[in-house]
Amino acid sequence: MAVVKPKVAFYWMGTCGGCEESVVDLAERILDVVAAVDIVFWPVALDFKKADVEAMEDGSIAVALINGSVRNSEDEKMGKMLRKKAGLIVAYGACAHLGGIPGLANFHTREEIFQKVYIEAPTINNPKKIIPQLETEVNGVKLTLPTIYNTVKKLDDIIDVDYYIPGCPPHPDLLMGAVQAILSGNLPPHGSVLSPNRNMCDTCPLERKEDKIIMKKFKRIHQIIPEEGQCLLEQGVMCLGPVTRNGCDAACMKVTMPCRGCYGPTDEVEDMGTKYASALASIWEETDEEDVIRMVKSIPSFAKMVYYFSTPSSILKRKKMEVIP
Amino acid sequence: MTVEIIEKAEFEPNILMFACNWCSYAGLDLAGTSRMKYPVNVTIIKTMCSGRIEPTFVMKAFKDGIDGVIISMCHEGDCHYMDGNYKTIRRFHLMNNMLESFGISKDRVMMVGISASEGAKAVKVITDMVETVRTLGPIELGAD
Repeated sequence: MAVVKPKVAFYWMGTCGGCEESVVDLAERILDVVAAVDIVFWPVALDFKKADVEAMEDGSIAVALINGSVRNSEDEKMGKMLRKKAGLIVAYGACAHLGGIPGLANFHTREEIFQKVYIEAPTINNPKKIIPQLETEVNGVKLTLPTIYNTVKKLDDIIDVDYYIPGCPPHPDLLMGAVQAILSGNLPPHGSVLSPNRNMCDTCPLERKEDKIIMKKFKRIHQIIPEEGQCLLEQGVMCLGPVTRNGCDAACMKVTMPCRGCYGPTDEVEDMGTKYASALASIWEETDEEDVIRMVKSIPSFAKMVYYFSTPSSILKRKKMEVIP
Repeated sequence: MTVEIIEKAEFEPNILMFACNWCSYAGLDLAGTSRMKYPVNVTIIKTMCSGRIEPTFVMKAFKDGIDGVIISMCHEGDCHYMDGNYKTIRRFHLMNNMLESFGISKDRVMMVGISASEGAKAVKVITDMVETVRTLGPIELGAD
């Protein structure tokens, strides 16, 4: 008799598909995973339908790995359905964990975004100014679309999440570690982030050459040719390493790119953006208020930079809207 | 702790004031011992140095229903810890920039230098802030 293997489901919500790619990045180790588990749902790779999952018994899936932010009503429905069917829900990747890059939409309203994307964008040709509708009729057939939400949410805003795997995309080692932990039953406490609870600077291969970091001017990485092997903060580049969790093996810093904070904050930190503002204020020396204002103005979209991956998990979550729908 | 706003016929602002131990709190003490009157709308939190006040505190205050925040510190050059208040200045302006992105009026936050001898100034700052926030109305954050 064949051994009953634990059932695993993958699902994607408001995401780019990079997380799915990171599963494939397991390379030959994916064969070990496939040998140990039974994949029952994976829209991007396998031909199982929503109805197949709906037909399964509640709780019959051992673990569902969900990536992507909750962007529309379809995402919310699928998330709630998978919560019923799966014993463990793992928020996989920065979007499910923190809200991710789609979360930057929280600095705008849905109407602003539609206007920009479907009407004003220089690459769009839309003379009839058509924007997506919830319902439309084509040749007598009614077609429907899910509602796009005004506010992007992270996965744990709609359902209870058991574990988080951070990263944009997560390092394959983290996925492998999580799969092994789940298979062996050796699991950390509910709600844990399955990545080391240490700071990025801890493992960063770049070295500090001076005793004290002093930023004279804020630069973006494309504005300079960085000195190899030297701390990017020392070179004036705003690197989010000081407020970011590690686990990614310092992938960006290895190629002298600044950290953008995709792994989110460590357990002790509630809001990485405000923490970064705190940290940044300690490493420049302007004391005159006018100079300070000038320096702050020299940073383009500071809030979007520090909340690049985490707007929906910040304290304030979104911009105040003039009209609340 | 969640601060609940009690609905009243007229809006009464909830103001939070951070005061540093060495100058501003002593200034407020002076206002008290001199029996000066100031609005009851303000809640004062003492910190050892204004440099301790993180943008996180202010954002959390707004989230919990505070309508306005005053950050008071030593005058420039007077900091007990040499450069704590310069950090506050930099933090304040970075934070202001973020608050603007979240659609919160910059009139709801105020940074001010109050020395130990400036009890009258402390009273004026609080009174002015209460009036400013009263005209702005209760804090409104992005709806869910």
